[in-house]
Order: sequence, then C-alpha cells, then structure tokens
Amino acid sequence: MKVKVLCRNPDDYVRETTRDIQRVPRNYDPTIHPFEVSREYTRALNATKLERIFAKPFVASLDGHRDGINCLAKHAKTLSVVLSGACDGEVKIWNLSKRECMRTIQAHEGFVRGICSRFCGSSFFTVGDDKTVKQWNMEPPGRGLQEEPLNTILGKAVYTGIDHHQTEGTFATCGQTVDIWDEQRSSPIRSFSWGVDSFSCVRYNPVETELLASCASDRSIILYDMRESAPLKKIIMQLRSNTLCWNPMEAYNFTCSNEDYNLYTYDMRRLDVPVTVHMDHVSAVLDVDYSPTGKEFVSASFDKTIRIFPKNSGHSREVYHTKRMQHVICVKWSADNKYILSGSDEMNIRLWKANASEKLGLLTPREKAALNYNQKLRDKFQHHPQVRRIARHRHLPRDLFKQKRELREMKEARRRKAQNVRKHSKPGSVPLVTEKEKHVVSVVE
Amino acid sequence: MAAPGGEAQTTAHVGKRRKRPRRYWEQTSKKYNSGGKSSDGAKQKAKKRRGDRRKKRKGGLSGEVESEDPKLCEQTQETGKKDNSGEKSSDGPKQKAKRRRVDRRKKRKGNLTVKVVSEDTSKKDNDGEKSVDGTKDTADENATKRSDAKFISGKVDPFPGEAPIPEERLRKFQRGNKFVVPEEIRSKLKDTLAKSQEAADLAQTQAARYDLLLTEDAGFLEGDEGEDTCTISQDDIAEAVDITSGSKYFNLRLTQFGPYRLDYSRTGRHLLLAGRRGHVTCIEWQTKNLMCEMNVMETVKDIKWLHSEAMFAVAQKKWLYIYDSNGTELHCIKKFNDVLRMQFLPYHFLLATASATGFLQYLDVSVGKEVAAINTKLGRLDVMAQNPYNAVIHLGHPNGTVSLWSPNQKEPLVKMLCHRGGVRSLTVDRTGTYMVTSGLDRKLKVYDIRAFKPLNSYFLPAGASCLSLSQRGLLSASTGDIVQVYRDVWGSGPMTKPYMAHRVRGTVWGVGYCPFEDVLGVGHAEGFTSMIVPGAGEPNFDALDMNPYRSTKQRQEWEVKALLEKVQPELISLDPGLLGKVDKATFEQKHKERVETLGYDPLAVEKFKPRMRKRGRSAAGAVEKRKKKVAHEDQRDVIRKSVKERMEKEKEKKRKDSAKEQLGEKTALDRFKK
Repeated sequence: MKVKVLCRNPDDYVRETTRDIQRVPRNYDPTIHPFEVSREYTRALNATKLERIFAKPFVASLDGHRDGINCLAKHAKTLSVVLSGACDGEVKIWNLSKRECMRTIQAHEGFVRGICSRFCGSSFFTVGDDKTVKQWNMEPPGRGLQEEPLNTILGKAVYTGIDHHQTEGTFATCGQTVDIWDEQRSSPIRSFSWGVDSFSCVRYNPVETELLASCASDRSIILYDMRESAPLKKIIMQLRSNTLCWNPMEAYNFTCSNEDYNLYTYDMRRLDVPVTVHMDHVSAVLDVDYSPTGKEFVSASFDKTIRIFPKNSGHSREVYHTKRMQHVICVKWSADNKYILSGSDEMNIRLWKANASEKLGLLTPREKAALNYNQKLRDKFQHHPQVRRIARHRHLPRDLFKQKRELREMKEARRRKAQNVRKHSKPGSVPLVTEKEKHVVSVVE
Repeated sequence: MAAPGGEAQTTAHVGKRRKRPRRYWEQTSKKYNSGGKSSDGAKQKAKKRRGDRRKKRKGGLSGEVESEDPKLCEQTQETGKKDNSGEKSSDGPKQKAKRRRVDRRKKRKGNLTVKVVSEDTSKKDNDGEKSVDGTKDTADENATKRSDAKFISGKVDPFPGEAPIPEERLRKFQRGNKFVVPEEIRSKLKDTLAKSQEAADLAQTQAARYDLLLTEDAGFLEGDEGEDTCTISQDDIAEAVDITSGSKYFNLRLTQFGPYRLDYSRTGRHLLLAGRRGHVTCIEWQTKNLMCEMNVMETVKDIKWLHSEAMFAVAQKKWLYIYDSNGTELHCIKKFNDVLRMQFLPYHFLLATASATGFLQYLDVSVGKEVAAINTKLGRLDVMAQNPYNAVIHLGHPNGTVSLWSPNQKEPLVKMLCHRGGVRSLTVDRTGTYMVTSGLDRKLKVYDIRAFKPLNSYFLPAGASCLSLSQRGLLSASTGDIVQVYRDVWGSGPMTKPYMAHRVRGTVWGVGYCPFEDVLGVGHAEGFTSMIVPGAGEPNFDALDMNPYRSTKQRQEWEVKALLEKVQPELISLDPGLLGKVDKATFEQKHKERVETLGYDPLAVEKFKPRMRKRGRSAAGAVEKRKKKVAHEDQRDVIRKSVKERMEKEKEKKRKDSAKEQLGEKTALDRFKK
C-alpha cells in the first residue's frame, strides 16, 4: 500500500513573527475562483460609485480683482504663475501654490483685452481698450520704484487679442486687422486683412510656429502663414466664433468656440466639414483651451459652466459649476495637465482639478495600484448600462437643466419636421444634411 | 584583438558539439520526451530533415557573411565548416537569393554577425525539439528574441528563450475562445482588440507558469499488486501516514441525540454537527477544540455555516434560527418555516432554504432580507444541492425529476427526469459540469448539466442515500451504514468498484468532504466519523479566496472585501459569464428603434455611386457596366454566404441524425423537449 495524505506544515502558511507580513499563497486555477465576471462587475460598479463620491473638483478661488476677469495667461516657464487681466485695466500675477496675488499692475485704461507671456517667461504683453500694446517685466520692480512698462506701443485702433510666437521675438495682435509685430519695432511688420472689420482672437500654432489663425466678427475663421503676404484660407460659419485653440500635439487640428453653443474641431487640411461638433453648452461658448497632451480641451461658456471634452467626442465628459460662478469669460488648462483655471464675471479666478476625482498629493504605491486597477475596471465595464448611468450622472443647476431639455426638444422638433418634409417630397429632392455639414457656410481660398 | 587564450577557448567551445541537456518538462510530460533521439513517424523525420537542411544553409551563410569582427569571424567560419564542409562551393540560386536578403538585412541592422551566430546555435538547440509538437514554434520565436543576450565568455545559453508551457496547462487558464477580428472592422477598434487579446494571452501564460510554484501535491492511495484499495481499512491508513494526518481519522460516539447531519466551514477548520434530537455542536475539528455545544430542545433538520465561522443557521422544528459560534441565538426567522434543507451561496451571501411546504426561499444574510420566496408546487423538498459554478439550486423530487432554480424566476430554469422513482440525493461538482443523482430505483446517475445529457448510470444494490463530491471529484455514496468513495465517476470508462469503503456504526445521515483536506465527514445514527480519503481535497488554496490559516485580522479584511464584492442575486443564471458577453439581441432591438426615429439606417451600406471618369469612361454604357460589375460581386457574396449556411445546416442535421441513431429510439427524456 502506498498512501499520501495532504498534510500541510502550518509554518509554511503562517508568518513567523508578528512583525512579519502575512503569507498569502495564491492559486490562479479558475475553478476555485467562480463568478469571475460577476464579481469583477461588482467591483467595477463599486469603483464607479467611489469615483463619483470622490469627485470634488473645486480646489481654490483666487479673489482680488475689482472687476470681471477678461483674460488669463499661463507663465511660459513656471507652473505656479498665472497672469490675469480684468475689465478695469488691472493685471494681477498670481502664485498658485500659495494661492495669493504677487503683483498688481494698473496696465490699461478700460478693459485689458489680451495678455500673453513671452516664450522665455521674462516678460509679458498686454493689450487694452486704450489702443496700446504694453510689454512688462515679469520681475517686480525694486522697492520704492513704480510699475513701468518696458515698452509701450501706441496703435491706431483698439486691439482685442494678442499672442506671442513660440521661439522668436515676434507677436501678433488683432483688432481691425491682424498685425505681426517685431518686438524691436514700434510699427507692425505685416498686416493682414481680408475684408473684415474686426477680429476677436488670434492664436499662433504651437507646432508649426509660423501659422496663425484668427476669429473674425463676420463669422469667419482665417488662417495665415506669417511668411506669406496674404492669408491662406477662410471658413465662414453660420454664427461667429469667439476664440480658437490649436491642438498642441496635432499641428493641423484646432477647436473653435462658437456663439451657437457648440465647439467645432477642424482639420486645417480639410476645412469644409468640421472633424467633430462638440455640443452640450446651453449658451454661447466664450473660450477654449487644450490640455498639454492634446487629448482633451476645456471650454468656458456664458451659461456659467465650464465643460471638459475629449477631443474626438461630441459630448463633454465633465461639467463644472458653482452657485457663485457667473458667466465664465476665460479658461486655461495648466501645463502639468492637472488643473484648470477659469476666470469669470464675478471677479474670481477658480482653480479646478482636471480630473475631478483625482487624489492630490503623494500616493503610496498601494494606493496607486488600487487606483490603476479601479480605472481599468471602469474602462472594462464602461458600456454596461448600470455603470454608465452612474459614471455619466452630473448634477446641473435647475435652470440649466431645464434649458438643456428645452434645447433638446427644439432640436427634436426640427429634426422631425425635416423628416416629414423629406417624407412628403420627391425622393432625393430634400437631401439629408448631417450635423457636421450644417454649420459651415463656405470655405474661401 | 582578444587574448590568444580566450580565442582558443571560444573556438574549442564552438567546435565541440555538446549533447543537449534534458529539460525538466521532458521528464514530466510524455509529449516532450522525444528529445534529440530518434523519434518515430515519417512525418517527424521529414520535419527533422527539413530542419537540418535549414541549419546547413544557415551555416553556409554564416561562413561568409561577416567580415568586421575578426574574432567572431573565426568562430562562425568554424561552425560553417563543421556543419557543411562540402556545401560551401555549391551554392544554389535559392541560397544566393537568401544570402542577398541577409546582406540587405545586415546593412540595415549593422551588427549582423552576432545575430547570425546566435541564431544558428539556437537552431541547433531547438533541432531536437523540432520533432515534437505545436509548442516548438513559440520556443523558436522566443529563442530568436532572446538570443541577443550573449555572454562575454562566449558561452551560449543552452536554453535560449522562455521555457515552453504545455498545451493542457495553458488550456486550463483559457477563458473563452479567442476572438477572431473581422476583416471589415475599423482600424482603431482592431488595435484595441489586438491589445486586449495580447493582455489576455499574457495573463494566461503567466498564470500557467505560476502553476510550477504551487507547493503542495494532492494525496493518493495505491494498493499493492492484487490489492484493492477499497479493502484497505481506515486503521491501516491512519497507521501508515504521519501522526497529524492519522489523527484525522476519529469517531465521536454520540448515541443519545443522533442521527447527525454535518457541515464543514469553507476554510475547512470548523465543523458543525446537528443531531436530529436537538444536539447542536460546533468544533474546531483539527485541534478538537469545542466552540459551543447545546441542545435546542427541538427537532433539528439541517445545519449550515454562513459566510464565516462566526455564524451558522439551524433549521429547527418550526423556524429557522441563526446562532453565533458561542451558541448565542442571534435571530429566529419566522418567515422561514418548516425548513428541511439549506444551502449557502457564499459569493451571493444567500441562504437558500427548501421547506416541507414546497417553498424555496432565499435569505440575504448580509442585509437580513428575504430575496425571493418561490412556491415550487412540487411537494416536500428534502433533496437539495447547489451548483457552485453558477449558484443555481438543484432540487430533487419524489417523482424522479430534478429541477433547477434561480431566485429571479418563479418557474424552474430546467426540469429533468432523472429517475424512475423518487430522487434520494444529488450533488454537483465544483466546475458545474456534472451532476450525480441517486434515486429510489437504486441507480446512481451522472449527468452533464451543461448539455443536460446523461453520461453514466450505475446500479447500486442498496441504492445510495447520501452523495457528496469532493473538490477533486471523488464521489462518496452511502448505502445503509457503509460509505463508499468512487473515483473517475465521469471518466472515460465505467467504474467497476469503489476507491474506498468504510463501515460506520449506524445508518448514515449526512456526508461531507472537508475543503482543502483529505477528509470525509460522516454523520450517522451513532455519532460522527471523520475518515481519511487520500486525494479528496484541493492541495493548494488561494489565500485571497479562502485561507485555512488566516488570522483574525485577515478574516476581518476578507469579510469586508467579500461583502464589497457581493454578487447581486439578479446575476444568478445558468451561465455565470453572461455579463461578459455581447448582448446582441438588445443591440438589434436598439438599432431598430434608432432607424425608426432617424428615418434612415446609419449603419446601412451606401449604395454604389460610380465615380466620374474622363475620356469617355463615364458614358452611360460604361457606367452601367461598372454598376453591374459591383452588383454582381455583391450578389455573389450573398450567394456564397447562403450556400455556406445551407451546407452548415445540412452538416448539423446529418450530425444530429447520426447521433440519434447511435442513441437509439425515443427516450423518456424526450417528453421534456420543446
């Protein structure tokens, strides 16, 4: 007779001392782990719920301005410094880590229309309603000295926006024309105009640094090449675009925020149809900024909310609002991809987390592992109705919610009407126009 | 230049043709034992020959490719000479082409010499394996992948690459079939699918590799020549094994309040005994430490541990009671009356009870609510088992049927006629594939409950009153006062005699295997017997699932985790993996609704619109021709598809017919067909 009976030595399974860690022998045999899928699903559901529980995106509010904030700019080199310009001509420089104002400059009379940092971060430019472009030193003046601009350019008309070149000492302003300036000269080196009266925004392409795009009040978006004397292309849309932002990772894509409550992402090479139409706002969209990864962007709207969109999705993944935040005029995504800054009418700059449920501060490796695991679970089960319902749920203020519903009804009615018209006309005489095609009137080369 | 000594060493090493050492898996698995020796079969020989030829070509090649590194140059030339002395002069055109190709590759890569040499050697090493089977391909790949690692001493890794994993072990960790990506799918989705497939493959191989690290082996019992294992007595076994294991065979003489039913806790450390005349006791059976003992002064029908060893449920004369491990009564649940049998579903935290009034009730023990109460309308329910794979409850009935229940449905999921005469006992194995039933017709039947088909049927002269399956698939069946243990119940051939047998003092009332131990507990009229059944228990437990050696802290941690991932009762169905599958029906329904609201089909294939072409090729006739061509192609596709479907249908029909013929004429089960 040969016999062997299971007999385990407890020493192999129990820790030796209480200071030791517990022994955890594993066996991955699927038969001793039944209900794999349902248990994982339950975990995913829990992870989704936890994510919503921890979604507290508001970090801080920076107050100190005495009028609505009109423009924001990031420091080109330092993460913690942010510049803001208000409607009373005041410019403030903020330290984000201390959440306090470092410097206040009375820069202009009337609005500060645009503000931008020089690529090296040593100085910054402001344009205002007083028809001047001013260059300021980033360093505060010595004790007892007055704030004086390094340089002041007097222009003929009001400037409404400014942006600096990525690597060279040139900048662009917009107003009645789009002007390209050399920092050393007091007159523009080039002026572009294409039968337009005024522009609202001009932006350099961060990758193809000689390219520019601007939004004009005649509902057009115009593209320029700095090396050429004439503009490149023009798209005319149904309604006016307020601002635009280039994708920092895909040189040919840009997104513009439009008065018709939508945002449009265009491919520069094919302007006749937008790549994506981003809907969700219920009022005019005022500003847009891309995340440094180029995967998402944030938009600020007149409906008192900011929304975060994935670059290729038609709807937002996140909406931020507070009771006190009024019309959001400007918004910026921080260069470390972690925070969002919004400046609004009621004189406050707000700091938000880009990822609402993210835990700030250092994470232990176990925490990190758990977070990654939960993230993966959420991804895996994201299409299950229960998980999706919880993950998508956002609270909206009542009037916003109502407005949204109203808009939906209007849209549905229009669609139904078009469908009926199509049904009762000669086949083919009323073509289907997709949502993307609706908004572009024409493209001019 | 290298030192002369070193050079000599390298040449000597390369020149000598070493015998390939044997690998560990060659000894363990038959598949790999062919080694480099003469393996039979013409096919394999042909394969080998081919391999040799390839090697030769490679050798000849390496002999003249390199020129940069003198040391390596010498080395490879040596190999070349050794491998094929006569080959060098006669280069076929094929070889030339190949050489050209390699040259080109060399230009691209830079240091080809190393590459060629190591490839060559790895080929040589794998040559022995060439004649083996499917895994060799992966081994080859691995070899070439890793072969860049070259030691300074010039030695070459005799086992390049990762060790291959036997097919069957890989299959054990296979989850579902591999997903075949359709051709017409979008590229982005394709990438995602490919990535997830890759991750799944990695997980599978890693899990399969981990099997090597499992520490314990299962027990076994083998008789001497001519000796039946069923004649070996428990005393002999207890004497033959070590003291700790020997002490697992013991008897408790409890003559006063019997017969006894029993239940082991999920960790296998604790034992509950319940005598029909009210004696309830809770023992840490390995240390023989009595946790509580009491008499409830009522008839006790059944007893069950709840999720941990802190609580247990007792079905008493009228109501269901819950006690803690000290014997304190926690609850008396009057909603559950006349309970005869209970089952605890550990991952759902559900206590399923079957009552004399024909009710099947589910109690959620984590929140204390009744989840479902089903009136089965099938009379007294005193035969009950759970399917550990999908948490479906099996009930046996006096009319010979077995019905399967989930809490979500008022009707049985399945009803199958298993016996002529009542069902006495049933049990389901832990993979959820097999069900074993015994009936008043004195038969023991094995069913495949995935296909709902009978597999084996045995006649036991006295019939079996209690059945139980161990973790590793040993079946214990009790007839009167004898407990028999069977092995390979659903194996290929019919079993002829039991693996083990043991006579206890009184009529057997309940049997149960202890998890993770080679122990079978038998409750009978005269008390309780714990007998040793080598090979019954799972040798390697997973501590995150169930740990017999867990400390209090670990138990608390486990309890919280288990409660957090409590599976909802709505998810109980015949297929527990249903949640991970694509819900095609709902998708189709949704698509239909979408088409209705939109007024057109967004997923429809666009009608072919001929492009405008110049130079007369867009004349009406030409356009028509082009249109027709496309239409024909489409039609052909449709025809091809329909023909294929028809062929498949016919094949299926033929297969079914032949199966029917084999089975013979109508069976009694046919009346349950729809």
